This record gives sequence, C-alpha cells and structure tokens, in this order.
Amino acid sequence: MLGYIVKRIIYVTPVALGVSVVCFLLVHLAPGDPLTSVLPIDATAEQQAQMRAIYGFDRPLIVQYGLWLWKVLHADLGNSIASGRPVLSEVSRAVVNSLILAAVATLIGFTFGSLFGFVAGYFRNSPLDKAASALSVFGVSVPHYWLGMVLVIVFSVQLNWLPATGAGPGGSDHWRPDAEHLRYIILPAITMSVIPMGIIARTVRALVADILAQEFVQALRAKGLSEWGVFKHVVRNAAPTALAVMGLQLGYLLGGSILIETVFSWPGTGFLLNAAIFQRDLPLLQGTILVLAMFFVVLNLIVDVLQTALDPRIQRG
Amino acid sequence: MNGAGPIVDVKQLTVDFATGGGASVRAVAGVDLTLKPGETLALLGESGSGKSVTLRALMRLHPKSARFGGSVNVDGRDILAMPAGDLARYRGKIVSMIFQDPGLALDPVYRVGDQIAEAVMRHEGISRAEARKRALGLFERVRIPSPDRRLDNYPHEMSGGMRQRAMIALALACRPKVLLADEPTTALDATVQIQVLLLLRELQRELGLAVIFVTHDIGVAVEVADRIAVMYGGRIVETGPCADVIRNAAHPYTLGLLASRTGHGAAKGSRLVTIPGSPPDLTNLPPGCSFSPRCPRAIEACRQIVPPLVVTGPGHAAACIRVDAASVALSA
Repeated sequence: MLGYIVKRIIYVTPVALGVSVVCFLLVHLAPGDPLTSVLPIDATAEQQAQMRAIYGFDRPLIVQYGLWLWKVLHADLGNSIASGRPVLSEVSRAVVNSLILAAVATLIGFTFGSLFGFVAGYFRNSPLDKAASALSVFGVSVPHYWLGMVLVIVFSVQLNWLPATGAGPGGSDHWRPDAEHLRYIILPAITMSVIPMGIIARTVRALVADILAQEFVQALRAKGLSEWGVFKHVVRNAAPTALAVMGLQLGYLLGGSILIETVFSWPGTGFLLNAAIFQRDLPLLQGTILVLAMFFVVLNLIVDVLQTALDPRIQRG
Repeated sequence: MNGAGPIVDVKQLTVDFATGGGASVRAVAGVDLTLKPGETLALLGESGSGKSVTLRALMRLHPKSARFGGSVNVDGRDILAMPAGDLARYRGKIVSMIFQDPGLALDPVYRVGDQIAEAVMRHEGISRAEARKRALGLFERVRIPSPDRRLDNYPHEMSGGMRQRAMIALALACRPKVLLADEPTTALDATVQIQVLLLLRELQRELGLAVIFVTHDIGVAVEVADRIAVMYGGRIVETGPCADVIRNAAHPYTLGLLASRTGHGAAKGSRLVTIPGSPPDLTNLPPGCSFSPRCPRAIEACRQIVPPLVVTGPGHAAACIRVDAASVALSA
C-alpha cells in the first residue's frame, strides 16, 4: 500500500508541471497588457517600458515561465498588483474560506444525497423513490445562483432569520466555527449543496439498485443476516463509488463557486478570482488558478488512494 | 425430535410470481418432496423446470412478488408461515445453501474469512476470534491449502475451485442439518467439478447432512444422490432411488434425458440424440401433461388430464399414464 501511494505521488509530478504551464500561458493568452490597469492613463512610453522591465514582462515567455516556476517552487507567488500584498497570503485565506464552504456544502449534499439515494434504491418505483428522484432532478437542474437569491429573499429579506452576505459579523473574512459565523454559512452552504446532493442521490440510487440485484445479496440472506446486516454490506459495496463522486464534487465546488460566492459576497477563491479578473491583477490571477488546479490534482490523488483502500479489486499496479 | 421421520417435508408446493398487470406465472405447480436426515436427493431438470425455485422455497429466498401455496416443513418448522425475524435466524443455521457461481455469491469487498466469521457470529453470538478459529477449521476441512493465509483473501484472489470450497465452508459454518446445493459444480472446470463433488459427498457422509442437490447433469446426480426427482414444467414427473431411476426409467422425459447423454463412447460424427421441441413456456402451459407436445408416446388422453404419480416399483413413481408403453420402449 505504501509503495502504491509513493508511486501515485510520482505519477502526479508531470501532471502538476503541465498544469503550471497551462496556468502560466492561460493568462498570457488574454489580450492587453496587465500593466495598463496600474499605470496612469497618461504614462509615457518610457515609463511603461520601465514598469514592464521591473515586472519582467519584457523577457521571453520561456524565461518568464522559468522564473515564475522557480519562485512558485519556493512558495512565492509574487505580490498582487492591485493591493501590493503577497498573493500567497491572499489566496490561502480565500482557499480556507472556500474550503470551509465547499466542505460544509459537500457534507450536507453527501448526507442528504446518500439518504435519498438509499431510500430510492431500496424502495424502487415506490412513491418514496419518485419523490427522492424528483428532488435530485430539481437539485441538478435548478440554477444555483437563482436559488441563492430566492433563499436570500425569503430567509434574509422577508423572514430576517439569517444574514444575506459575508462570512461573519462586521465583514469578517476569517471564518471560525462559532455560533455567529455559523449563521453566515447556512444560506451559501445550502445553495451550494443542491448540485452535489442531486448527483450523489442519483449515483447512489443506481448503485444500490445494482448491488441489491446481485446474487451475493441473496447469499447474505441465505446465511441468515438480518436486513440491517445486509444493509451494511450494501453500504460497503456502494462506498468506493459514492466517495469518488463526492471527492469530484468537492473539487468542482472549490473551483466552481464564483457565482455563489459573488451572490453571497463570500470571501473565497471564486470571489478573489472574480476581483482579479476585473482588476487585471495578473500575479493574483495566476496564483489563484494554480492553487485551484493543484487542488484538483491532489484531490484526485486522495480519492484514488482511498478507493484502492476501500475496494481491493482496484489493482495496485 | 423427529426421530426417523423426514427432516424436509414439502406438500403440494406451488410458487407463483407476479409478472405485472395482475398476471402471474406458476413456476412450481404442486411439488411433494420428503427427505430423511442423512439422505441426498438430486433434483434433476432443465432450465425453467422449477428446480431452483423449489430449492429456494425451503429458505423462502424469493423476491417479494412470489406467492406460495401448500406447505414446507423443515425440522419441524413451518417455513411458509415463519415471521421474518425467525426466518433470518433459521437461514444458515438449520438450512444453508451453496450457490452456483461462488464468484457472484461471495461479497467482493469482504475478506472470505470475515464472511464466514460473520455468519458464525450472527448465529452463535461468539467472539470474532472464536469465529475466525472456526473459519480456519472449516478451511482445513474443505482442504484449502495454506488456510490461515487464505482466510484473508478477497474472493477475486482465489481460483474458481477454491472459491467454491470457501462457499462450502461458509455453508457448513453453523453446522446446518440440511444443505441445499444449487448446481454447485456447473460454473467449474470439469476436473475441479469432480473434486468438489467428491468433497461434498465426503462431507455429507461425515456430517450426516441431508442434501438437496439441484442439477441438470444426470452424471452429477448419479455421483452424489441416493434418490432422484426429475422435474418438468414445475412438476415432479419421476422420482425414485437413484440406480432404479437410471436403470428402469419410466417417464418418457427421463428416458429422453438418459438417451441424450453424451457417453464417452459416442462415435465422432454421429448425431447427438436430443429431445425434440423446447422447454414449455410457463405462462402458457399446454393442457394435461406438459410434456405431451414433445412426447413420442403421447395419446389424446395425455392432453386431457394432468397425470398423477403412478407407482412403478419400490419407492419409484412416474407421472405418466403411458408408463407401460414407455417401459416397453426401453426394453425394446
């Protein structure tokens, strides 16, 4: 098992390198000059050239990439052009906020998705199954930013139960697990959980139906296990696939939350990315994208390793 | 508590499956079976003859859509009237089952040893360590090489023959009185088949098990059984002591089965003997004897009534009104 993990980590290296190249080039594909937004409109050509030299934009791309990568490897993502603060600290604060939101949303989605999925799979074609399936179709098809706005209108504006925006009282952007901060996370987390809930419910329903139709379930009954005993086997058989789907969903939520974070002004990576794009803050943009992409790589690695541990049939080749 | 009485007593068993739209299929249509402790019965028949459904009725191991009629008594218990909780305690403890394909019947994500220990812990409430010790003993008993290591194998890490031995170990884990074997050698290679059959016969004798052995292979039935019951279209058409049924088969269907055996003496290029026609459609059984459309001896009366079992010898009976004609055909 340890050898397998080491091998998997080694396989990740070329993927990570490829990701860094794409991150670097992606930003250079965009038209315009990143410095135009920081320089005054009436800056002379000489001043522009001077600025470009300071930031290294006058060198060949390959050299820029080499220098950038070298710094990245030393945990230096440069300074944000707009705020002048280190990108790394900006990104890591946002990552933590996004991670918390995504984790809470995935947890909600996974819990209810599994519940609906198991109920639907166990009582297939019953009214319960139909209701659970309708809920999950609603979950995957409703536009979540719209749902977010509806929730804000109902629970913040009309009922005045929960705050509409931000991560904590007084514009706090350090989320802590206390009662006050907890109230702020409820609406964005529920909004965000709807898609993973739907996807996990549908996956688990299909899994459970498939497992229940297999002969070994009959064999488990034949050896005298109670329904609860059989259920435990079904869960164990469904777990590897369900976890893989959950891992991927968590990944999607980490990167794909720009809309929700904007609706709720949640100070996460999506919010940061949005700001970086509008301010043409090149180092911040590159850094954020790189960190997000690396998250996917690491997440996939973790899911792979977990799956191998849970399902012995996946060859440790 | 039964003394010399039967341990399995099935009377007029019927099993119907709902097929949707209020319609249903009668898979088993009035089967009588008795089995004494220590006796081995082979249920012989082709696909769809109702042999597996009959076998599973002894454990009530059917989908919820199944409807039962008649009575099934095992070890003094009325199986068809049993509440679910009692049924779960009875399965695996009094009666256990070996499935056709151990590759499908073992849970792929649990270690084989744990699957055996689980059954023992469930029925006897002993510790995991004790249960594992029992599993080890069983692995030795079914002659799995290096049993201690093999207990930690997952099913996919074993060969087909070894998996079936593990399945047998699992079935015997709680010392059942009756063993149900559903074509336990069909999914195995020919050489492994013999080994598994010999093992089953040996264990049956040592443990004094009553065994019901479902097969479509007469050769296998002869190898293991004291008695044979031949099924066709959801009914038993002939039953009797093994050797007697083979030597003095009375029912034309049994005769057909015997004739279509490919002996080692079959000359290359010679035509294989078959029974003409195909197995009956259970949703649309012919009136009277269900074998009549394929039967060379059928007369008008065969299409009128369902033939009752007629005694043709000691413990030997056949459900055919043309028994005499069939016997003549054999001696001719």
